[in-house]
Amino acid sequence: MYTEKVMDHFQNPRNVGEIENASGTGTVGNAKCGDIMRIYLDIDDNQVIRDVKFKTFGCGAAVATSSMATEMVKGKTVQEAMEVTNKAVMEALDGLPPVKVHCSLLAEEAIHAALWDYAEKNGITIEGLEKPKSDISEHDEDEEY
Amino acid sequence: MNQTIYLDNAATTRTNPQVVEAMLPYFTENYGNPSSVYEFSAPSKEIIASARETIAESLGARPAEIYFTAGGTESDNWAIKAVAEAYGDKGKHIITSKIEHHAVLHTCEYLEKRGFEITYVDVDENGIIKLDELRKAVRPDTILISVMFANNEIGTIEPVKEIGRIAREHGILFHTDAVQAYGHIPIHVDEYNIDMLSSSAHKLNGPKGIGFLYIRTGIKMRSFVHGGAQERKRRGGTENVPGIAGYKKAVEMAMASMEEREKKERELRDYLIDRVMAEVPYVRLNGHRTTRLANNANFAFQFIEGESLLIMLDSSGICGSSGSACTSGSLDPSHVLLAIGLPHEIAHGSLRLTVSSENTMEEIDFVVERIKEIVKRLRDMSPLYEDFVKSAKR
Repeated sequence: MYTEKVMDHFQNPRNVGEIENASGTGTVGNAKCGDIMRIYLDIDDNQVIRDVKFKTFGCGAAVATSSMATEMVKGKTVQEAMEVTNKAVMEALDGLPPVKVHCSLLAEEAIHAALWDYAEKNGITIEGLEKPKSDISEHDEDEEY
Repeated sequence: MNQTIYLDNAATTRTNPQVVEAMLPYFTENYGNPSSVYEFSAPSKEIIASARETIAESLGARPAEIYFTAGGTESDNWAIKAVAEAYGDKGKHIITSKIEHHAVLHTCEYLEKRGFEITYVDVDENGIIKLDELRKAVRPDTILISVMFANNEIGTIEPVKEIGRIAREHGILFHTDAVQAYGHIPIHVDEYNIDMLSSSAHKLNGPKGIGFLYIRTGIKMRSFVHGGAQERKRRGGTENVPGIAGYKKAVEMAMASMEEREKKERELRDYLIDRVMAEVPYVRLNGHRTTRLANNANFAFQFIEGESLLIMLDSSGICGSSGSACTSGSLDPSHVLLAIGLPHEIAHGSLRLTVSSENTMEEIDFVVERIKEIVKRLRDMSPLYEDFVKSAKR
């Protein structure tokens, strides 16, 4: 069901943990729907992401996308981190099963939420960053059977 | 340990080698169409008749009341849709439970869109149907009660005898989906007032793709699959002769070994439950502690998600299943777990393990050790657990 890369990032997730006094944190998702992601960012004075940690409650795809997304933003400037889209994360993982695509949305949203928190704390604006939705869960329309 | 530890016997069972043996002659030797007149087809005809007898006897039914189908789902569909069609003039109300298999629930929803009214009766926290609510739900236009014999997820055994009595008192037909129960616990259709019963062979070490529907004599039932005159004109299509031969063997073996198997399964299962409940924190057992299928254990581990747990167990060769949303392909966790009152986030962390008498205590020990490691690992990366620990410290 999952690619080798997804399995690798699920079974050996990178950057799991917490950062005390993080520059920005973001939590997205909904326990009701079965996935929650929390991202911690440590950002230096030059707006470079020095460190990033995550915690995720969710399926294999949710954990793997969290892990991959943290690897992709680490060492980047906040502006560069904006380019780490759900599509980019998914491609880096060699794809996800169609029903799991919404998990990759969660990773992007979690990073954006953490960046938003950082921007608010420091009174800066990050180009292209919008206020995160607190709940990004989506519900499929019931199909006729 | 690199071998497979199969703990998903509610999903399907290993086809018994003796069952396979019983099927083989009907592929390459006795392959004649049972509907043909020549002598060459006689063995095909005979095995069908004899399987029908074996099954009828196991239920206290008559051979003419057993109709072969392609499995449990078809049997459920047939029973419910055909009653709706044949008795629709009498009334358009059907009673079922909130924890039925999708084969029943989605069939009921289909009928709902076509003018039928369905009452989905609640279950208690253990998954046992609320009989007082069932009684209250009965109306003059109720034509059918369909309640499962035992639940496929949490293993709870329903009070089928009482349900049958209520149905009989009110002159309502009673169908039971016995896919998880038949061959595992004794069933007698007259004793339980069962009018229709669904079964599937692959849940009792038989082959996949063959099932039956028991239909009590006298019930008006139209054909569901139209075609030839097979199954007394009620189910067209050339019979699955090898499947039927295998079903017969599986039923014979299941009936002969029932007591012994049940005892072995219960021993393994109770050991599994006792160890998990004692050694893993923040866990609950779903379903009734004793009124449940002997092979079923269903846990909910707080703060973690079921699919992650399944994949990690799979890495150790352990096969289980979960009612989490991610394993169902929808965003909602299992309707059964929600019906017994579990909050969504806890239902997402469910794990069903269903043993067989072929499992060993050593396997269970290995599985418990792996569960302990994996649950801890997933909790260490769970924001829900982090929040819980922090709030507990405060």
